[in-house]
Amino acid sequence: MKHISLDINIAGIKMKNPVIAASGTFGYGLEYSQLIDINFFGAIVTKTITLEPRIGNPQPRIVEVASGMLNSIGLQNPGAKVFIEEKLPKLKGYGVPIIANISGSKEAEFVKLADLLKDMGLSGLELNISCPNVEHAGLFAQDADTTYKLVRKVRKVTSLPLIVKLTPNVTDITLIARASEDAGADAISLINTLIGMSIDIQTKMPKLANVIGGLSGPAVKPVALRMVYEVSKKVRIPVIGMGGIMTSEDSIEFLLAGASAVAIGTANFVNPNTCCEIIEGIKTYMKANSFNKISDITGKLK
Amino acid sequence: MKIFNVKKEIIENKKVSADCYKMTFESKEIACRVKPGQFLHIKCSDTYDPLLRRPISIHSIKNNVIGILYKVVGRGTGLLSKKTSGDPIDVIGPLGNGFDYQLLANCQLPILVGGGIGIAPLYFLAQRLTEQCSNITVLIGASNKCNILCIDEFKKLDCKVKVSTDDGSDGINGTVVDLLKKELVPENSKLKTQNLKLKIFTCGPVPMLRQVHQLVSKYNVSSQVSLERQMACGIGACMGCTIKTQNHPESLRDKTQNYKQVCKDGPVFDIKEIVWEDI
Ligand SMILES: Cc1cc2nc3c(=O)[nH]c(=O)nc-3n(C[C@H](O)[C@H](O)[C@H](O)COP(=O)(O)OP(=O)(O)OC[C@H]3O[C@@H](n4cnc5c(N)ncnc54)[C@H](O)[C@@H]3O)c2cc1C
Ligand SMILES: Cc1cc2nc3c(=O)[nH]c(=O)nc-3n(C[C@H](O)[C@H](O)[C@H](O)COP(=O)(O)O)c2cc1C
Ligand code: FES
Repeated sequence: MKHISLDINIAGIKMKNPVIAASGTFGYGLEYSQLIDINFFGAIVTKTITLEPRIGNPQPRIVEVASGMLNSIGLQNPGAKVFIEEKLPKLKGYGVPIIANISGSKEAEFVKLADLLKDMGLSGLELNISCPNVEHAGLFAQDADTTYKLVRKVRKVTSLPLIVKLTPNVTDITLIARASEDAGADAISLINTLIGMSIDIQTKMPKLANVIGGLSGPAVKPVALRMVYEVSKKVRIPVIGMGGIMTSEDSIEFLLAGASAVAIGTANFVNPNTCCEIIEGIKTYMKANSFNKISDITGKLK
Repeated sequence: MKIFNVKKEIIENKKVSADCYKMTFESKEIACRVKPGQFLHIKCSDTYDPLLRRPISIHSIKNNVIGILYKVVGRGTGLLSKKTSGDPIDVIGPLGNGFDYQLLANCQLPILVGGGIGIAPLYFLAQRLTEQCSNITVLIGASNKCNILCIDEFKKLDCKVKVSTDDGSDGINGTVVDLLKKELVPENSKLKTQNLKLKIFTCGPVPMLRQVHQLVSKYNVSSQVSLERQMACGIGACMGCTIKTQNHPESLRDKTQNYKQVCKDGPVFDIKEIVWEDI
């Protein structure tokens, strides 16, 4: 029997398997290290970091909905300085590629942050552009031109592998994906959360203090899968698929739809061992289907 | 600190009042490390309904047997209550910081103040406190006689138990805060002459805790409170459970210092640390 390999190389980031911890659900990796061996992941994407610390949104920030959850954390994070001085040195001690997820409310903030992080021993940068752009109406990722300009500027200051993370809250996600590729992105990741809301009919109040929040978990999977399918047909760069992945079967669906790797978010909360179980499940599937490497599965939808 | 995700068999899951249940299972890993005030993150369903785990405090430890005491309030706790002995249970723990229950030798008297299901973590605390001192006072507040929890258990530990009910069907007619007031006011002078200090541990609904805060601030009594928040990860990773705390010295530079995570920095806090107007 031939050797089965789960190794992948996404945009120059070498991973021992295609299972990544999704931003915002795995903190800075250290929290979960008390419970599981975080080295099992192919890579870890940090919680979004902004230039300055952010306190995030008021409570309640989390509410459970059918087969999913809404969150309105609001990018609470300690800022670039604390990340660089306190979090990153500990994270680098693990043998797993670290991808910093960065965001900002102005183009210049992204650029400055990307510049700050360029020689820090990171394996890559992920741009969270699903955030309000204070200089223009809407989110960065809701406009192809804005996305293009932003990615282009960041591209100029960093030679790190650059992943652009897209929001599903757009009319045509493939346009944004194409704009990112044209501007020099090395990979695309999708989807970020879908905007939703939930109401307490007794108090007649929204269940989230922020009124609206991002939907994640199994509820979003069909939407995410469709978007990965559409985007991967339109770009040449690799796609990292995420949104509602709970099992190896879910992951394989994303790979078949065109993803080169998958990321796990909400499932970590439910079952911290999800990553290991997915890796085992993918191996079993590869054996049963005579696949030798992950790229044999990617895009093999009939 | 090491945290475990264990899958165990339920020893017993029995109804203890109209809507409360007590469940036990064995876990050496957790039992030998856990501190009063810490909690477990429990999977209530094998399906995606509900999806997230539910945080439940540790109620008792006996040898390696862990007890939880929970109230059925919704889907998750409802499903938990349906489980029977021999069924599997999937828990993560121990989580959170726990109470700081070290008493100053011979000069500190503990008072445990529990409102409703808030009594749950206080029994485990009492179990551990008995190793240090023999005069523990427990104040239990409930809506009515049928909903009073754990009275016999506390008595077996030789605690001095006082009860309040909202409808006067048992103990004093009033709230557990009224009971606490009585503990603080008349004996204050006596405590002073004997050079004794009180140490209060409390858990319960927010309106009650707010009143406890006002009361203990007035008398300047050291108090720790166990708080609740909606949780996703339970381990400090998602920032879902933050709570506003008093101005941190570093907060001018970094405002995030004024927010703590209930799952990781709590659920137990010094009552003075919390910005009560913000809850
Ligand atoms: C650290 C911690 C320790 C806890 N210890 C205990 C315990 O020992 N015994 C016990 O009975 N309960 C405890 N709780 C509360 C318990 O977690 C909730 O009652 C439970 O999550 C409700 O789940 P459900 O699916 O049954 O209800 P849901 O359907 O999710 O909600 C029903 C109602 O309960 C409220 N609720 C849901 N989750 C919470 C929560 N985390 N905190 C407060 N209210 C909530 C909802 O707002 C809603 O009004 C604790 C909570 C925390 C944060
Ligand atoms: C609590 C929570 C916090 C999140 N925070 C971030 C974040 O800071 N930055 C980001 O790019 N995505 C964030 N996400 C989105 C996830 O990375 C992921 O794209 C999304 O949840 C879909 O995947 P899932 O269904 O597997 O969770 C967050 C998701 C959740 C549930
Ligand atoms: S519940 Fe996730 S940080 Fe506390």
